[in-house]
Amino acid sequence: MISRLEIISKIADTRAAVLKRKIASQGFSVSDVVVVDVYTIEKQLTSKELKQISEMLTNPVVAESSFAQMLAPQKFQWAVEIGFQPGVTDNVATTTREMIEDLVHAKFRNGEGVYTSQLLFLSGKINAGDSEKIIKSLHNPLIQKARSKNFAQFKIDRGMGKLAPRVKLTGFVKVDKVNLNVGDEELVKIGKQGIANRDGSRRGPLALGLDYLKAIQTYFKKAGRNPTDIELESLAQTWSEHCKHTIFADPLDEIKDGLFRHYIKRATEEIRERKSKAVIARREATKQSGNRSSRFAHDYELGDYCVSVFTDNSGAIEFDQDYLITHKVETHNSPSALDPFGGAITGIVGVNRDTIGFGLGAKPIANTYGFCFAPPTDNTPLYKGPNKTQPMLSPRRIMDGVIAGVNSGGNCSGIPTPLGFMFFDKRYKGKPLVFVGTIGLIPKKKNSQKLFLKKARPGDYIVMIGGRVGLDGIHGATFSSEAMDSGSPAGAVQIGDPITQKKLSDALVKEARDLGLYNSITDNGAGGLSCSIAEMAKEMRLPAGRQGGCEVQLEKVPLKYPGLAPWQIWISESQERMTLAVPKLKWKKFQQLMYSRGVEATIIGTFSSSRKCLVKYKGSKIMDIDMDFLHNGLPGRHLTSSFSVKKYQEPKLPSTKNLSEILTKMLSRLSITSNEFISMQYDHEVQGNSVLKPLQGKGRVNADAAVIRPLEDSHQGVILSHALYPTYSDIDTYQMAAASIDTAVRNLVAMGADPTQIALLDNFCWCSSTEPQRLGQLKRAARACYDLATIYNTPFISGKDSMFNDFKGYDESGNPLKISVPPTLLISAISVVKDISNVVSLDAKFPGDLIYIVGETFDEMGGSEYFNLLSRDDLVHIGNSVPQVNAHKNKKMYLYIFKAIQSGLIASAQSVGRGGLAVALTKIALGGMLGLEINLKKLPGKTSRDDFALFSESQGRIIVTVAPGNKRKFEKLLKGNAFGLLGTISNKPKIQIRGIKGNKIVDFDLKEAELAYKKTFRDY
Amino acid sequence: MIKPRVLIFSGYGLNCEEETKFAFDAAGAIADVVHINDVIANKKLLTRYQILAFPGGFAYGDDTGSGNAYAWKLKNHLWKELAQFVKGDHLVIGICNGFQIIANLGLLPALKYKYGHRQVALLHNSTTRYTVRWVDLKNESSSPWLRGIDTFMAPIAHGEGKFYVDEATLHELKQKNLIALKYIKGEICEYQNLPANPTGTLENIAGITDESGKILGLMPHAERALLFTHLPNWPLLKETYKRAGKPLPKFGPGLALFKNAVRYFI
Repeated sequence: MISRLEIISKIADTRAAVLKRKIASQGFSVSDVVVVDVYTIEKQLTSKELKQISEMLTNPVVAESSFAQMLAPQKFQWAVEIGFQPGVTDNVATTTREMIEDLVHAKFRNGEGVYTSQLLFLSGKINAGDSEKIIKSLHNPLIQKARSKNFAQFKIDRGMGKLAPRVKLTGFVKVDKVNLNVGDEELVKIGKQGIANRDGSRRGPLALGLDYLKAIQTYFKKAGRNPTDIELESLAQTWSEHCKHTIFADPLDEIKDGLFRHYIKRATEEIRERKSKAVIARREATKQSGNRSSRFAHDYELGDYCVSVFTDNSGAIEFDQDYLITHKVETHNSPSALDPFGGAITGIVGVNRDTIGFGLGAKPIANTYGFCFAPPTDNTPLYKGPNKTQPMLSPRRIMDGVIAGVNSGGNCSGIPTPLGFMFFDKRYKGKPLVFVGTIGLIPKKKNSQKLFLKKARPGDYIVMIGGRVGLDGIHGATFSSEAMDSGSPAGAVQIGDPITQKKLSDALVKEARDLGLYNSITDNGAGGLSCSIAEMAKEMRLPAGRQGGCEVQLEKVPLKYPGLAPWQIWISESQERMTLAVPKLKWKKFQQLMYSRGVEATIIGTFSSSRKCLVKYKGSKIMDIDMDFLHNGLPGRHLTSSFSVKKYQEPKLPSTKNLSEILTKMLSRLSITSNEFISMQYDHEVQGNSVLKPLQGKGRVNADAAVIRPLEDSHQGVILSHALYPTYSDIDTYQMAAASIDTAVRNLVAMGADPTQIALLDNFCWCSSTEPQRLGQLKRAARACYDLATIYNTPFISGKDSMFNDFKGYDESGNPLKISVPPTLLISAISVVKDISNVVSLDAKFPGDLIYIVGETFDEMGGSEYFNLLSRDDLVHIGNSVPQVNAHKNKKMYLYIFKAIQSGLIASAQSVGRGGLAVALTKIALGGMLGLEINLKKLPGKTSRDDFALFSESQGRIIVTVAPGNKRKFEKLLKGNAFGLLGTISNKPKIQIRGIKGNKIVDFDLKEAELAYKKTFRDY
Repeated sequence: MIKPRVLIFSGYGLNCEEETKFAFDAAGAIADVVHINDVIANKKLLTRYQILAFPGGFAYGDDTGSGNAYAWKLKNHLWKELAQFVKGDHLVIGICNGFQIIANLGLLPALKYKYGHRQVALLHNSTTRYTVRWVDLKNESSSPWLRGIDTFMAPIAHGEGKFYVDEATLHELKQKNLIALKYIKGEICEYQNLPANPTGTLENIAGITDESGKILGLMPHAERALLFTHLPNWPLLKETYKRAGKPLPKFGPGLALFKNAVRYFI
C-alpha cells in the first residue's frame, strides 16, 4: 500500500520565494512558484493511523495537507517533482519513518519505506525547453530524480501519481572467482576498469597497477587457486594510494625510506627527542646551579607535548594535566566534484569520525574548512565525456553545494566552525579541493585506563554501529586514487546523515567510552569494513610472536536494502559507521546502551589470533588471505623524480599611478575578500567555546586564526590557524611549502600563541603524481617541511595526502583537455594557550595607537596576488622572486612577539599574508572602523617601488598596534629585531599611506575600503 | 538553602546540553543532563526537578520541521507527566531548538492555559539560511526568567526562527503580555553595524512565554553569552578596562537569566 501525503503552506512561503528568485535570476520568466512537500509512505496503515501521521507532519498554524493530491494551485504551467534516486540517503524520510514507528509501535519491514520529494508548481511564460533547463538547474541527476508534467497532463492524471523509489537489486548476490591466469593486457584491464561481470560490463576501477596484480597473481598461484571477487576488491582497497599512501611511502631517488619517513616523520622524531632532552638537560642544570636559566628563549623550548603522532585517526597533543587535544584535517575532493553537497557533508562528518575514532573516542569541539575553487564567475562548460556528454557542474554550483554541505554537516552535529578560508584559481575547475578539519578533546585517563590507547583482543566481538550499508560510496578509495574521467563511478557519491552520527558520537564519547565497554574503535571511511576490520586486526594486543586476525560473518551486516553482493557489503563506504572491538562479557551492556540511545549495533564477527583475514557469507568461506600479505604484500616501487627551475619572464610593469584604486581592487579579490556570508552561516558559538571568532572587530573582518576554550571552567585555550600558497608552486614548491608553514605559525603567534608550543598538520594535494617533474616538486616541498619544522621546532602530528587531483575531459568544442590543480599544501597549526584573556584580536583599538611592522619587506612579488591581479588571459604575470623564508630570523622574532603579547604591550595584531602589507593594514583599520596614517619611508627591508612595498608577500611579518604609553617598553623589548614604526591609528575615517619616498600614495575613505572588502560575495 | 534541580533533555541531535548545564550550575542550580529515552523509561524522574530545560540543537536534523519530531516523541510518551509538571510551581525553558520543540508541543503560548496545541510557528528565516550572529534583546515581560533584565545581548544560531502567528493570536499575545523578548538595535548591533532583526521575524519577536510566565521560549542562546570572553567585543573592552586600570569581569550578560531561575526557588 502506497500513501502519498502532500503538504502545502497556507501563508507566504519563504522557500518558494527564494526558489522563484533563483529561477528568475537565470533569465526565465517565472511569475509564481508553489512548493509542496511530499511524503510517500509504503506500508499498510489504517485510515486512523494515516490521519495521525498527517497531523504529525503538518503544522496547522501554517500548513494544510492532503492524501488525495488535491493541493495544486488553480492554474500553473508545470508541475515538477524532485526526489532522490533509489538508495540515496533520505534523512527526512528516515526521521519520518522513526516517527511513524514510534506512533504505531511497529517497525518497517523489508519492502516498506518512506520517501520524500518536493513538488513545485511553476507559473509564467515557460515553454517545454525552459522547463527542462529549469529542472536541470534544480537537481543533480547523480543523486536526484526529476519528473514533470504540464498543466493539462497533470489534470488528466489527477496529480503526479504515487511512486515509491524502492531499491530493486537483481544483480549477482553470488561470489565470483576471478581468473588471474591471464595475460598482462587483461590484468591491466582488470586493474583499470574492474572485474568483469557475467554480462561483460565492468565493476569499476580497482586502481591496481600491473606490478600489484602480478604480486596478487603470484600469491594465489602459490595458494593453488584463483581469488574471489571479494578478495581482489579487498586487496585493491587496502593497497590503494588512498589507504597506503604509496607515493609518500615508496623509495624516491636517493631517499630509500620514502618522503614521509625521511622528511615528515623524521622531523617530528627529531623535534620530540630534542624537546624531551631539553627537559632533562634543564633538570640537570637546575640541580647543579640551583637557579633557573635566565634566557627566556630557552625556557619555552622545553618538553615534548606530542602524545600521539601519525598512528591514530588524529594526532594529539597535551592540553593540560588531564586532557589531550586532537586534530585532523582531511580532504574530500573527488566526491565534491561530482556531488558538491554530498561530497562536502560526508567530508566534514567523516573527519568528525577521525576524532570520535581517536583513542577510545575524543569529543569533536571545533571544525575547520578550506575550499579551493575555480572562480564562480567562470561559466564555460566542461565535459567528462566526448561530444558534450557528461557535463561537469559549474564552479558556482560546486561552490554553493560545498558551502551548503559543510554548513549542514557542522551545524547539525553541534560542532562550532571557528576558522576557514576560500582560495580561488582556475586550475581547481576540474577538481575542487575541500579541506575539512576537526579538533577533539579527550581525557587522558578514566579509571586507570589510558583513553588515548586502544587495542582489540582475540575473542572480542567485531561490532559495527551507526548507519546501515548500501551501495553508496563503492570504490571511493580506489576512485580518489586516480584522475577523474568519464569512467568515474557514480556510486562513489554519498550523502551524509549527521544526526545518525551525532547519536553515535554522543553514545560513545559521552557514555560508553567512560564505562570501558570496548577495547578498540575505528572509523569506517575509505574501503569501509574491509579496511577498518583489517586495520584493527593488525593493531591487536597479543602475546609475543602471535599475529592478529579476524573472522567475519558478512551476512550479519545490516543492510539498507536487500540484494547487495558480499564484495559490495565488504567495501561499501556507506557513512556514519564505526567498527568496535567489544569484549564478550561487555556486549550485553554495550548493546543495551546503544539501543537506548537509538544507535544500531550489530556483532558481525570476532577478532582472532589466526593471522588470517577470514570472511564468510552464509557459512561458506569467501575470503581467506594472510594478514601479512594483505598489509605488506604490495611490492615497493622505486620512484624517480626530476627537477628543473622554471624561469618566467619578469613582468615589465609601468609605475602605477593610482595605488588607492589598486588597493580597493585587491580588497575585492576572491582569495582576499570577506567571506562573511560563510562565517555567518557556520555556527561558531555552539558548545559555548568561542573566544576569538571568525569575524573580528566592529568591521567584522575575517581572521586568519581563531581561539576556542575547550573547557568553560578553565582559562586555557586552543589557537588554530592554517595557510597555503598554491601559486608559489609555479616558481618553487620549496618556498611554497616554507611560506605555508611560516604563515600558519605566524598567524598563531600574532594572536598570542607560544611559538615553542605549536604543532603542525600537513595536507598535500598534488596532481599527476606519477610524473617525475611532479614528484620532483613534491620532494622539494617535503624537504621544506623538514627544514622549517626542525628550525621552528614545530612537530607534525598528523597529515594526509591526495595525489591525483587531475581532471581529464573535454572542452566545449570536444577537444580533450587535462586540468591539474597547482601543487597545493595546506598547513594547519594548533597550539594551547595558558590564559585566553591574553590573546589578541586583529582590530585596531583606539585612535592614537601606534602601528609597527615587525619583519622585513623585500621586492618578493613572484606568484603574488598583486601579479595575479595585473595578469590578463593573454599575459600572465608569475615572476620569479618568490618570497624566501628566513626561518632562523623569524623564529627569534616570534618569541619576542609572544613575550610582548604576554606582557600586555600589544593591542592588536595581524600577520601579513596574501595581498601584503596594504591588505593587512586595511584589515586592522576595518576591524576597528578607524583610520590609518602610515608612512613607509622607514619600512624595514628593501623595496624598489611603492606598489611592491604595499603588495609584496615577504614572509615573517606581523603588524601590531601599541598604546602610546607602551611605546618605550615595546621598542626596548623588540630591540635586535627588524621592526619599524609606520604610523598611527586615526580618528579620521581614511586609509592614508605615504610611500617609500615619503609622498602620498594611498588616500581613500574607510567606507570605500569596507565596500570593496565586502562587495564580492555580498549576494552569495 | 536548597539548590533547585534542573533536568536538561538530551538525545536525537540536541547539542547544547553541556553549556546549558554549565550555565545553570554557574548560576547556582544543580543541573542534570538526561537522555529523553531515560526519562521515558523512568517517568517519575520528572518529579525530582523544579526546572526543565530543552536546550538548543538539531533534534532529528530539523527533519519534518525544526523541533517537530522531538515534540511528537515527547507527546507520544511523556505528555501526561509534562502536563502535570507545568501545573506545578515549576519553571520551563526552551532555547532555540528547545523553543521550537516546546512551541510544537504546545507548551507555548498555551492561550487560556490550554497546553498541548500548536498555536505558533517558527518558520525558515527570510534568507532561508542558517544565521549565526549576535543580537540585542529587550525584555517586555514580567516572567520570572527575565526579572530585573531590561536589555541584554546574546548570539543566535538557527535556520528556522521566524516567529509566525495569525493576527488574532498576535493580538491576544500582546494583550496578555506574552511577547517576552524583542530584537532591538542596541550595543552589539551598533558595535557590529548589523540590523536589529536578524531573521525577518514578525514584529521583532525573539521569545514568548505562556500565560503564567513560567514557561519561556527564546531563540537567542543566553548560555553562549555567559562568560566575558563570549562577547564579540571583549578584546576592545579588555583594552578599555586595562587602560583604565580596571580588572576584567568574569561573566557575561546571559548569566542573569539562569540566576533568575535559581532565585525563583530560593
